[in-house]
Amino acid sequence: MIFLKLILTNLLRHRIRSFISIAGIAFSVAAMLTIVTILQGAVGMFSGLLSSDSEIIVFERNVSDLFFSNVPADAVQQIGAWQIVQHADPVLFGIVSSLDHPIITCFGITPNDARLRNATWQQGTRASFGQHDDDVVLGERAAEFLSAHLGDHVAIGHGTFHVIGIIKTANGFEDGGVFMPLASAQAFFHKENSSSVITVKLRNKDDTAAFKTMVKGKFKTLIALEDEEFTRSYSQFKILKATAWAVGGCGLLLGGLGVANTMIMSVFTRIREIAILRVSGFSNAQIARLIFGESAVVSLLGAVVGLLIGTAFLFVLKSVPALHGYVDVSIQPLIVLIVIVLSFLTGVAGALYPAFYAMRIRAVEALRFE
Amino acid sequence: MSTPTPSSPRIVLQARNIHKSYDDGAIKVLRGVDFEAIEGNTVALCGPSGCGKSTLLHLLGGLDQPDSGDIAVNGVEINRRSNLLHLLRHEIGFVFQLHNLIPDLTLAENCLIPTVAAGIDRQVARDRLHQLTQRTGLSHRLNHRIQKLSGGERQRTALCRALMNKPKILLADEPTGSLDEKTSAAVFELLLELAATEGITLVMATHDRGLAQRCDRLVEMHDGRIRGIGAF
Repeated sequence: MIFLKLILTNLLRHRIRSFISIAGIAFSVAAMLTIVTILQGAVGMFSGLLSSDSEIIVFERNVSDLFFSNVPADAVQQIGAWQIVQHADPVLFGIVSSLDHPIITCFGITPNDARLRNATWQQGTRASFGQHDDDVVLGERAAEFLSAHLGDHVAIGHGTFHVIGIIKTANGFEDGGVFMPLASAQAFFHKENSSSVITVKLRNKDDTAAFKTMVKGKFKTLIALEDEEFTRSYSQFKILKATAWAVGGCGLLLGGLGVANTMIMSVFTRIREIAILRVSGFSNAQIARLIFGESAVVSLLGAVVGLLIGTAFLFVLKSVPALHGYVDVSIQPLIVLIVIVLSFLTGVAGALYPAFYAMRIRAVEALRFE
Repeated sequence: MSTPTPSSPRIVLQARNIHKSYDDGAIKVLRGVDFEAIEGNTVALCGPSGCGKSTLLHLLGGLDQPDSGDIAVNGVEINRRSNLLHLLRHEIGFVFQLHNLIPDLTLAENCLIPTVAAGIDRQVARDRLHQLTQRTGLSHRLNHRIQKLSGGERQRTALCRALMNKPKILLADEPTGSLDEKTSAAVFELLLELAATEGITLVMATHDRGLAQRCDRLVEMHDGRIRGIGAF
């Protein structure tokens, strides 16, 4: 109890300094939580977009980005005809721009695609999709930022398209996208007779390994991966996640430097007090425990406050209409745990030198000078 | 080092030919000091400022090491001890001119610090605290912060802290040096009384000849040497 009070006393003695240190850690933690959660959410949404009513994705081997993947049309036909396959849907991804909107994701799909089947049709019907080359269906958010309604003609990229439906989906990417008939998208993006990926659903999930072997044997340029496998191995996701953690880590490093500064000041301003503890029989380990305890309190308080700030910030982001569907506020317990552990380790690292310094304080020298 | 016999008084502190200097030998503080303290005795170290009284106390308590010479506490040489912490935790208590209490803690918490260091049972420590604060007249001040205490009360608190772990030796460096005459006399009386009732060997550095004469022995120091030893 007294040991704990010795730790807390020093923090309370310099309230402003302690507050600044806790705030430093808190903002770092909040930044890390926000960035990582948003990116995890984005990755989750992109994965969900690929795995819409499917469990396997087939795409061109060794491409760095699915936008560059080319899957020949005959591969779609052949795979769709395999006995073990329930359905195989080609999807062509493309990016275009329109006035004021530099990036709009386009999906070239067939009328039977699960995205259209599972969506809530706010305007128009699925039956009209694919009847004319210039027909498009807009996601709810895309319709909003393009100010488009059913029957309007909208300029997208170098073309003008007729809006035959507006749909709402649970996926932010889809909600902000434009859905074109596959053939129109192939022509528009100059990718005749090919798609970016094939999303595949098997009749029996136990045939997954056999399916992958068949794809490998039949199509040398293609690769089949289960959705989870794809999410794990896709280099873009890896880069995004690594970037998120790196940015968050840099923030935490800055917070850690703040803790180090606080702890150094803390030790310097109470050299005499530490000397008295030594004279009272405190060992090096006990002195170090005081310093580490102090930094642990700062970093853990910072982590808790940071988690609260980060969560609140995510909820605010989620309520912004323009970001609807892009921000996933479901904070994973693993991320919370990692953030807390990282902030704790940062605090401990920040206290290493101060603790080392405190352990080297010689009572006799500290007490000699009044 | 001498070995005590049942009939002879037991020597609890012994220093032989102690030399100590600072700044790579530029400042010689102790020049061949021999010193002994017998169990239960009170010894006053007197001498002008800078004569080496405090340095000798620090060396006797294991807070510093001599350049040469031997120091034994309770018959065991300090430099042969594997655990100097035991010395500070259980065998020796220190009182300084300044009380050196932690201002943000209460009187009780300050006193309990040595028991935390030594890992003494909480209830045992509490009992000891009540015993000492009653004897020093501080029992009504237990939960008061140090800022609220008078100078005399602070020094009595420092005395309680030094005695918490029942050391057999108390080293006091000008313990009344920062107090007024009246308070100084009261604190000194208390010091002597506690030393007597607890059977403590007291070694005290002081400028005050009047107080020094109340001790069993007077050790006169000058320029890093023992100039004379007298018994009262």
